Amino acid sequence: MLSLLRQKRQWRCCVLSLLVAVAVPVACHAQERPYFVTYSHEMEEPGNLEIETYNVVGKPPGGNRFLGSTTEFEYGAKAWWTTEFYLDGQTTWHDSTIFTGYRWENRFRPLLREHRINPVIYLEYENTSADKSLREVVGHDGRPDFYDTNADARAGKQRELELKLILGSNFRGWNLSENFIAEKNFTDEPWEFGYALAASRPLKLAASSHKCAFCRERFMAGIEMYGGLGDALGVGLHNTSHYLGPSANWSAPNGMTLSFSPQFGLNNYSIPHLFRFGVQYEIEQILKRVRRGE
Amino acid sequence: MKHARVWLLTIMVLMMAVLAFGVADGSWMRHVPAKDHDRKNPYVGQADAVAAGRLVYEDHCSQCHGDNAQGTKKRPSLRSARVQQEATEGDLHWLLVNGNMGRGMPSWSKLGDPQIWQVITYVKTLSQ
Repeated sequence: MLSLLRQKRQWRCCVLSLLVAVAVPVACHAQERPYFVTYSHEMEEPGNLEIETYNVVGKPPGGNRFLGSTTEFEYGAKAWWTTEFYLDGQTTWHDSTIFTGYRWENRFRPLLREHRINPVIYLEYENTSADKSLREVVGHDGRPDFYDTNADARAGKQRELELKLILGSNFRGWNLSENFIAEKNFTDEPWEFGYALAASRPLKLAASSHKCAFCRERFMAGIEMYGGLGDALGVGLHNTSHYLGPSANWSAPNGMTLSFSPQFGLNNYSIPHLFRFGVQYEIEQILKRVRRGE
Repeated sequence: MKHARVWLLTIMVLMMAVLAFGVADGSWMRHVPAKDHDRKNPYVGQADAVAAGRLVYEDHCSQCHGDNAQGTKKRPSLRSARVQQEATEGDLHWLLVNGNMGRGMPSWSKLGDPQIWQVITYVKTLSQ
């Protein structure tokens, strides 16, 4: 009984610490792009930690509704190197809620100056099973993957290496980003390919001269499209899924950014509708703060 | 053999010193193309732009350069003669767009030109 009470207290302490961490004004204005799948060439500022959660809700016709979720810890190691750790999970209605695995990715900017098109090299290792977060679509990923029960889907462990070539441009306030994806399962499966494209712009480019929470420059709107391109045995659009949708976000003055996007499947192999939402919170100079005991 | 090692060590130390002084010297300014060096700030002298630039500075720059732009342990002061007198507004615009990524300064092209000029307008008032 006593140990139960102690455990409860410990949980309360943890939750309270988290709330305090979120409430304490240590964050900066994040100015994130409203993308859920596409990466831009913009890196995390060195020393900053961004905690993000991205979620997707969908329902394959005749199947169960699901909520796929990732929690991400993105750290700016250098101005040209960002590293990120993900924890994934999902809930399937009339089935179960499970932890689906983890990923670790690194992004590198090989060119240290801004050009018309800026390349970024992306490397990721993932160890997941029954994942429904749809953070990328490659190969022949599509509607059939969502009909298995969680128990069946968990049997198929996926240890994968994912490579991306990210190209990004900033021009007159617009950001255009293109991702080319190649993914290899460590089993005998062939390389799988995919793409993601996005464009976005803040509603206003110049900053306001007074502090405000809902100024137009704090809102960003854009559009995103992504899908699979087959695999090494057959590159193309046959049996591949594709999605398109508008997206928007709002950066609150305390460093939090809220993003959402309704997305639409473009063919019968896709899930007809997805609704994505995310929360990002940026903590500036995390290691300095830890050293100072803040 | 021993002499060769001493020479090698000396050369390495000298090269590191040159690199370190090069950085402290604002060597990035040597890379600014002439057309960028001569660019004019469309917000120059505008009080609204100074106020807006200060808010942008607080959001994005103060974490490294300090609340009053006085610099921190590893990041330079923006009140220095190099920033206030030697560098033109065009030079600073080029630096903010391109960053100095090898030395920890990220690119701020994501802010867009208007906010970059606004923050330069604010920074240039710090010598007054």
